Amino acid sequence: MNGGQDLGGTHGHGTVAPEPNEPVFHSDWEKRAFALTLAMGRPGGWNIDMSRFARENRPPQEYLSMSYYELWFYGLETLLKERKLVDDDEILVGHSLHPPKPIASVLSPDDVIKVLHRGGPTERGTNTAARFKADDRVRAKNINPLTHTRLPRYVRGHVGVIERVIGCHVFPDSNASGAGEDPQWLYTVRFEGCELWGTAADPSVKVSIDAWEPYLEPAKEIE
Amino acid sequence: MTDHDHHHDHDHSELSETELRVRALETVLTEKGYVDLAALDLLIETYEKKVGPRNGARVVAKAWADPTYRARLLNDATPAIAELGFAGRQGEHIVALENTPTLHNMVVCTLCSCYPWPVLGLPPVWYKSAPYRSRAVADPRGVLADFGVTLPKDTDIRVWDSTAEIRYLVLPMRPAGSEGWSEEKLADLVTRDSMIGTGLPKRPEDLK
Repeated sequence: MNGGQDLGGTHGHGTVAPEPNEPVFHSDWEKRAFALTLAMGRPGGWNIDMSRFARENRPPQEYLSMSYYELWFYGLETLLKERKLVDDDEILVGHSLHPPKPIASVLSPDDVIKVLHRGGPTERGTNTAARFKADDRVRAKNINPLTHTRLPRYVRGHVGVIERVIGCHVFPDSNASGAGEDPQWLYTVRFEGCELWGTAADPSVKVSIDAWEPYLEPAKEIE
Repeated sequence: MTDHDHHHDHDHSELSETELRVRALETVLTEKGYVDLAALDLLIETYEKKVGPRNGARVVAKAWADPTYRARLLNDATPAIAELGFAGRQGEHIVALENTPTLHNMVVCTLCSCYPWPVLGLPPVWYKSAPYRSRAVADPRGVLADFGVTLPKDTDIRVWDSTAEIRYLVLPMRPAGSEGWSEEKLADLVTRDSMIGTGLPKRPEDLK
């Protein structure tokens, strides 16, 4: 979706303000929101792409005015309510009012380190050949899905070069919608700064994204 | 009401509402048996106390000190980093990016907050903020200036937008004057920002 999350190249946000000796969390509720989100992943049954969409899928003015852990927390609420694991009336009174739904499993303290260490690798086997190879010129497609995508607006329609064929990875556009992992070839695509930002841009800058094959089309040698 | 008062009240009421809601949801999830409170505490403790940029500093220091490790790290970072015991969530597929006298790498996630947790911990607020995410890809030298870093004009800058599940770790250049140092001492020169590409490592004289 062309939402508030797709920030690359947008203006007016001001300067970057690093905080000296920044703590990992800035308040207790951030810690709890973080831990609840991680702990609910398995029993909740959603995947990381569904989580990202739950966070970004709101009016841009809301997205931009919320803190990061607010986005996480309200994203978690959305995921829970969509699956009827929790209802609004329960959050309102702060107690369970309805019987729990059956869940896959609860994250136990004994499993925490194991689960974190395993993570969630996204590379998958494939029988298909990669369409592109290193040094191929490609154009990022001009797509504007209303649903989750990881193709940022600032590269759409622009020509870059395949720098690396990464492998076959879970395709977020499909995975976020519940349509399955639909693994696709993933590439690092490098763009000249001037291709993205115009001839006045700094010529010493290059920018790359990691793009799945469905985001790309061949570009002619000379255009 | 002054702007300052307004801002303060606004922040305060929003925080209170969210705080109450987080507490309420945690109680509901616990009562339903979906979460185990001890697991929540362990998750928080892990990222507050154990997993952080000191992990990445050990990786960088080892790469500075050991040319064969450096080669393994640049060739395939995930197993090389796992040699030191760092692996897993948000670091399943790591690529190390080598800074050279002619190339400076900088990492961003314009779409959310993708960051190599096993080696750097959880991202700082600025990394997740609109100013960084909007400008890193369009004006990296301007962003570096916000961090007080100026690079030579002829240094190429490469910005890596983490749009997939590949996580990037910058391998900064080893500071002059650190010849013969132990890995432990070298790690003290490695800053978090130098591994994101928004900073440079400390110089030996900075430690004195």
